[in-house]
Amino acid sequence: MKVFSWVNIVALTGLVAVQAQAADLTISCGAVGAELQLCKEGVAIWEKQTGHTVNVISTPNSSTERLSLYQQILNAQSSDIDVMQIDVVWPGMLASHLADLHQYLPEDATQGQFKALIDNNTIDGRLVAMPWFTDAGVLYYRKDLLEQYDKPVPETWQQLTDTATTIQQGERKAGHDRMWGYVFQGRAYEGLTCNALEWIDSYPNGGTIVNSQGDITIDNPDAAEALKLASSWIGTISPRGVLNYTEEEARGVFQSGDAVFMRNWPYAWALAQSDQSDIKDKVGVAILPKGGENGQHVATLGGWNLAVSKYSQHPQLAAELVAYLTGPKEQKRRAIEASYNPTIESLYKDQQVLAAVPFFGTLYKTFTSGVPRPSAVTGDNYSRVSNAFFNTVHSVLAGSVEPEQGLSNLEGELKRIKRRHW
Amino acid sequence: MSTRNTLPPGTAEPQSAVAHAQGQVEREDEPERRERGTRVRRQRVRAAWLFLTPMLVGLALVAGWPLMRTFWFSFTDADLGSMSGAHFIGFENYLVHDDSGWYGLLADPLWWQAVWNTVYFTIVSVSLETVLGIIVALVLNARFPGRTLVRAAMLIPWAIPTIVSAKMWAWMLNDQFGIINHLLMTLGVIDTPLAWTADANLSMWAVIMVDVWKATPFVALLVLAALQMLPSDCYEAAKVDGVHPVRVFFRVTLPLIMPALLVAIIFRALDALRVFDVIYVLTSNSANTMTMSVYARQQLVEFQDVGYGSAASTLLFLIIALITVIYLYLGRRQLGGGS
Repeated sequence: MKVFSWVNIVALTGLVAVQAQAADLTISCGAVGAELQLCKEGVAIWEKQTGHTVNVISTPNSSTERLSLYQQILNAQSSDIDVMQIDVVWPGMLASHLADLHQYLPEDATQGQFKALIDNNTIDGRLVAMPWFTDAGVLYYRKDLLEQYDKPVPETWQQLTDTATTIQQGERKAGHDRMWGYVFQGRAYEGLTCNALEWIDSYPNGGTIVNSQGDITIDNPDAAEALKLASSWIGTISPRGVLNYTEEEARGVFQSGDAVFMRNWPYAWALAQSDQSDIKDKVGVAILPKGGENGQHVATLGGWNLAVSKYSQHPQLAAELVAYLTGPKEQKRRAIEASYNPTIESLYKDQQVLAAVPFFGTLYKTFTSGVPRPSAVTGDNYSRVSNAFFNTVHSVLAGSVEPEQGLSNLEGELKRIKRRHW
Repeated sequence: MSTRNTLPPGTAEPQSAVAHAQGQVEREDEPERRERGTRVRRQRVRAAWLFLTPMLVGLALVAGWPLMRTFWFSFTDADLGSMSGAHFIGFENYLVHDDSGWYGLLADPLWWQAVWNTVYFTIVSVSLETVLGIIVALVLNARFPGRTLVRAAMLIPWAIPTIVSAKMWAWMLNDQFGIINHLLMTLGVIDTPLAWTADANLSMWAVIMVDVWKATPFVALLVLAALQMLPSDCYEAAKVDGVHPVRVFFRVTLPLIMPALLVAIIFRALDALRVFDVIYVLTSNSANTMTMSVYARQQLVEFQDVGYGSAASTLLFLIIALITVIYLYLGRRQLGGGS
């Protein structure tokens, strides 16, 4: 036990040593896009209101790496971090290390929050985290280019492929030789799991890797077809480098005006529309395409929550900070300033929010009916399942294995994992 | 994870001091003197052990204990969340057979791919580093103005922490805005940008390239030190006899710098077999570039499976230990014959 705790003690002293003054609380926030900036602002408002001091620590951008870091900190029972920003798929994995917020917050603390998210964060009757913002994959497109080439917003993945090819070729002919058709998150990490789940589940019988009963469903012709189409993008409408892109690399290409379409989370909207952006006012946001005419539109449910570590020395204070940050006032500010999706229903009818982020209204259904990754059913084995899945998809995209072969190998791999009883 | 300290070849083992003390020449016709001799000898042995004890205790604490724990955990189903609740499961982490087939580390194709990746990386990168290191050392051995400055500058890649240089290279190798692609396109070597760190066929080469860039100075430095010690009379004789310089290099220089070169190679090989940071930072985390250390970390940290991860670490240790033993054995035979 102790051997492993040294690792993060060393890691954390580095982080914490920077903060010279002793603070009452420490919160760790993500740092994707404007996340860290927003987190600091929100915390500053609370500090002013209450007179307490809070340290803000940033964590790795990749959610896969962030989970590893948190698990090390929590397993060492370290009290260094009081409040953690946790992914929608982690509550089950981390529940035993997190405080029950019901104990510290009033009865009505969860009022107005999406019920599905509260249920997601309630493990064995304990509320281990408060929803902070929700996420669903959306399709960003260049309004001006679609207009110029007289193309509709694509309804199916095949249409997206054709439109992207046409516009990319046209733009390159016109001298824009760095133009690409489509960028997404293709690095072998959790983000690729989200992307690939959207491709596969959008086909009529593609499924969600593992169904809600815990049966492995991934080895099917629809899933293979989805991956076949996706692997045809690499090197044609998507740069080969996409195989090492996370959210921010994809946004970098799109926001420099070098891509027609991008799959990303809603946070990219505010940044693409900022004054520094090369494509301000040329961006549209739509629901992700279907897998063929009989398919369905699918968006992977993402989102982040705030949790209080069980080992915190000030759990009451930490819970109050969480309650403020996840409350309506702060969520509204985050929605308007940086297009983070609220988890409070009434904010989707708020005129100021809708004026700042129009697609919160038009895509409301997408945000409330996102498809969850199979984390609940696979429990502690989810990171293995996800890892096996994104590695297979990555190999298929890289062209080192055929979709059918890859999926049947994956099925075998998942069976090995399932042996450990999910 | 694995041991960090390997005795450099030629280092005396603890016992050899003792053996040396015992190797005193004895005169059998003087019992008195002999008695005094044994007393002196005993004192020497005691002193040797006295001096060795702190080091042995230190080693046992910092290397032996974690290593033993890792061995032990590899036979349990320990999990990072509850290390205390581990049960002994014998060899199940390594290999187990049940009704649906073989399971465990030795039956995991991903592990064998990681082993192969590691071996491939080691052979290619260390070979390149050796050849380039010798060339650089020969150049720096020549007298030219500003030699000391070049020598100092050459060490910069070796001085930069790997994490930092890997991140630096990751940006330089970026497919969209990386300077490497920009240079190659400008020179007309390639016509479309290459995805150095993402492309399955290129990413291993990118890693090897960065490692070679970093470690060549190290090899060059050791070889240069050996070159500075060479006796000049051999060369004068060769000059008088009019032997071709290439032949002089292979017949005179290379055998003479061999001991230093072998030290450099073994150090690099042991480092390369444990390679982690450059791969973790530079590549897309895919199975194409996964090495044994990356695999072990994934099991230990990402999947919280201390038992299985320890089994991977143990095998990694055994593989490295085996290579070291073979090397020391061969090295001793080669060098022992020469001295």
